[in-house]
Amino acid sequence: MKGLSDTARFVVRLGDDSLIMGHRVSEWASRAPFLEEDLGLTNVALDFVGRARMFYQYAAEIVGGGCTEDTFAFQRDVRDFTNLLLVELPRGDFAFTIARQFLYDAYISPYFGALKNSTDARLSAIAGKAGKETTYHLRRGREWMLRLGDGTTESHERMQKALDELWGYTAELFEVDALEESLISEGVAVDSRLLREQWLSTVSTTLGEATLQVPTTAWSVNGGRTGYHTESLGYLLAELQFMQRAYPGLRW
Amino acid sequence: MTDHLQLYEVFIRSRRGLDHKHVGSLHADDPEQALEYARDVYTRRGEGVSIWVVASRNITASQESDCESFYDPLDDKPYRHAAMYELPEGVDSL
Repeated sequence: MKGLSDTARFVVRLGDDSLIMGHRVSEWASRAPFLEEDLGLTNVALDFVGRARMFYQYAAEIVGGGCTEDTFAFQRDVRDFTNLLLVELPRGDFAFTIARQFLYDAYISPYFGALKNSTDARLSAIAGKAGKETTYHLRRGREWMLRLGDGTTESHERMQKALDELWGYTAELFEVDALEESLISEGVAVDSRLLREQWLSTVSTTLGEATLQVPTTAWSVNGGRTGYHTESLGYLLAELQFMQRAYPGLRW
Repeated sequence: MTDHLQLYEVFIRSRRGLDHKHVGSLHADDPEQALEYARDVYTRRGEGVSIWVVASRNITASQESDCESFYDPLDDKPYRHAAMYELPEGVDSL
């Protein structure tokens, strides 16, 4: 997707984060530990896919022509996706899924809080809508962190292992590149660097209550915003995009 | 997988409803989780504005065998029914 305006590229980033996260969570449909949690997880997945649609629809309107939300979801290859690496990692076990969700929700909650003040009215409206459901996601996630962290020996170990594996991917949440710098100066985008302290405080408090350790991982990776992804995103897209690739323009 | 979970009964008050109505039951680890699952399972289509959950084990229920002694004696006491009573104006929800 070359030649997009700065705003469109930024909106697509937010859409990509939402779609890929939503798809990962949706992989639990019919596979969750029990029925109630299955419905809970798929609700979250739907929230994320719905959010992706709002961002993609807006981006498509900016781009114009024949571009639609589906263009972004189904007709781009791996290198064109600009989601954070954190959201594309395979779902792992239940602890990994919950830990990833919690770390992300703790970030996106204040992010949407700040995006509500965007000078871009459309982004502000989407942030307002998505912010409400995020409050619920975060509440759900926090309780699961406590339940698993302060649960059995096995649930504690799995949760700590998940956090240790995920931690190196969280640095990317708080990185800002030239594109975002310029949109921040126009009041359109959010300066995520300013959110790290709040995020760390939310996360540390919950991990403390859950008898879990804040990881001291030394390594960190990035690349998602520039299209350099982990190997797993290609497999995810293969499944996500198959029908539209095999039958272009297919409709329900 | 639900062996360790408890059963909860769910009551929802709809937007225009005046009271909570029993809508079903679900499994959860504790009351707080039951409340969230009730939200996810029973209010997906905007069914309610308030939820109650109560552990099923805390409900004491009458039994089939109680029917004879509980209800049959009321069959011949029609005067207990307020069927002939005219409602004052403005009383809608009696």
